[in-house]
Amino acid sequence: MNSVIKGASYVLAHTPQMVVYNGTTQTTERVVNPESEYLKELESHLRSYEDCVNYWPNQVYIGNAHPDDLTQVEFPYFDKAKEGAERYGKYGEIMPEAEFLLLVQACDMFEVAKLEKGFVSTYKEAFAADPIITEDIVARVEEGIESAEIEALVNEEHAEGLYLDGKLVGCVKRAHDIDVNLSAHVMHENLMSKASSVLALLYAVRNAEIDKNDIEYVIDCAEEACGDMNQRGGGNFAKAAAEVAGLMNATGSDSRGFCAGPSHALIEAAALVKSGAYKCVAVTAGGCTAKLGMNGKDHVKKGLPILEDCLAGFCVIICENDGVNPEINLDILGRHTVGTGSAPQNVIGSLVADPLERAGMKITDIDKFSPEMQNPDITKPAGAGDVPLANYKMIAALAVKRGELEKKDLATFAEKHGLTGWAPTQGHIPSGVPYIGFAREDILAGKQKNAMIIGKGSLFLGRMTNLFDGVSFVIQANTGAEDNSGVSEEEVKGLIAKAMKDFAASLMAE
Amino acid sequence: MAILKDKKVVIIGDRDGVPGPAIAECVKTAGGDVVFSSTECFV
Repeated sequence: MNSVIKGASYVLAHTPQMVVYNGTTQTTERVVNPESEYLKELESHLRSYEDCVNYWPNQVYIGNAHPDDLTQVEFPYFDKAKEGAERYGKYGEIMPEAEFLLLVQACDMFEVAKLEKGFVSTYKEAFAADPIITEDIVARVEEGIESAEIEALVNEEHAEGLYLDGKLVGCVKRAHDIDVNLSAHVMHENLMSKASSVLALLYAVRNAEIDKNDIEYVIDCAEEACGDMNQRGGGNFAKAAAEVAGLMNATGSDSRGFCAGPSHALIEAAALVKSGAYKCVAVTAGGCTAKLGMNGKDHVKKGLPILEDCLAGFCVIICENDGVNPEINLDILGRHTVGTGSAPQNVIGSLVADPLERAGMKITDIDKFSPEMQNPDITKPAGAGDVPLANYKMIAALAVKRGELEKKDLATFAEKHGLTGWAPTQGHIPSGVPYIGFAREDILAGKQKNAMIIGKGSLFLGRMTNLFDGVSFVIQANTGAEDNSGVSEEEVKGLIAKAMKDFAASLMAE
Repeated sequence: MAILKDKKVVIIGDRDGVPGPAIAECVKTAGGDVVFSSTECFV
């Protein structure tokens, strides 16, 4: 039987200081144009924590509003606060930067993350008050060190500074003197990814209503790499995050595929569970510091706040079929192959039309498509357009070409089968997966019968191939109950009777 | 399409729009000479 989606989590950590110090748009600008107007103006465009919480797309991401609600909000979103917005949502939370830094230090196993004494004492209580943060994790928070020591580490030992409201409050040290893979920069990036993944794992366990020990395997599908100079990218974020989250019965591994990583990982998880290898698998990913403020130059130029100010994480729990939760149907898998090519119609054909055709279905048989769910509030001012809408137009055009959709219905296809994007531009984070939590609930509620999740990845960024990539899968209402009722008592009686009859016939023949 | 004949062409494709290799194929059929082709990701 197919595996099921038991639950999902979506978390954000508001990290405006990391926009300034760690986002590659900003770090690059500091190298090539240190006196630029952009760098001068940047800090005045950073949002407060309250503004970040009140932001409609963020509230959708953590589950306090449905994507359908966002459709009703007048565009753009950045100047409209959501009434009743909250830090905590049904899928996760928006963690403030100070508390996130404490989580980062708690996730550090090699004493490279150091925080200032006064900072720790000021924020530790608030950190401990977060209902998802366990006593074990709080106990890992160290007392802290003197600010002079932190300054010396940053100024003399190449440590990456950790800041709050422009003030140095800690640092991440290098983990090796000459190994660039263990440099302060890489350790910082990896610890941020790990900490946001831990937060996502904790919420996913809560949301799926399972015991931590139920999880047997964790797959991390973020876009960072950890290892030393002898095995760059050796891993293993999955097990490292599982350790902090307290998943004592789990092992795991990392799966990578650029933005398509989560979709690849979810198919792998569904296959592992369906095969019986593991009963319960968590697919998790933390956020990416490099992408913070990625489109910041355009946002500042147009007078907008820096909207890419959050690290994001997600986790999906895949378990054995319970006869209730929506299934991942492994019979309908789309894949962009080496031979597919890069033409947009070929890409969408391989990911959408081909797998459905193989299953005897039409494009219009899918109730909702979740391709790249980037928030258009971020991408449109930067000239990248409305990414989800562009995907829907392509899917609709293909449906018309295949005679599965009337040309007159082109314009309404996105409204009927699509969603308005709400996910932060954190690479793998918006790629198909932000909808899984809502899809599970909408299918359980009978609002729809299925959804297709599409992940696409830009492999050419690694300079190993010019190829594009992508995979897709379909989530559908549970059919386990039907499968279970397939063998009735009458049928069993009939099977025994037939076996006895065949046996008797064989005896008579002898 | 004669505008591209014997012209040297620099291509910046978009990962969520039309990627570089797809544009390059079109340029070649129009007689253009692709001197640089790249696909960028903005998300």
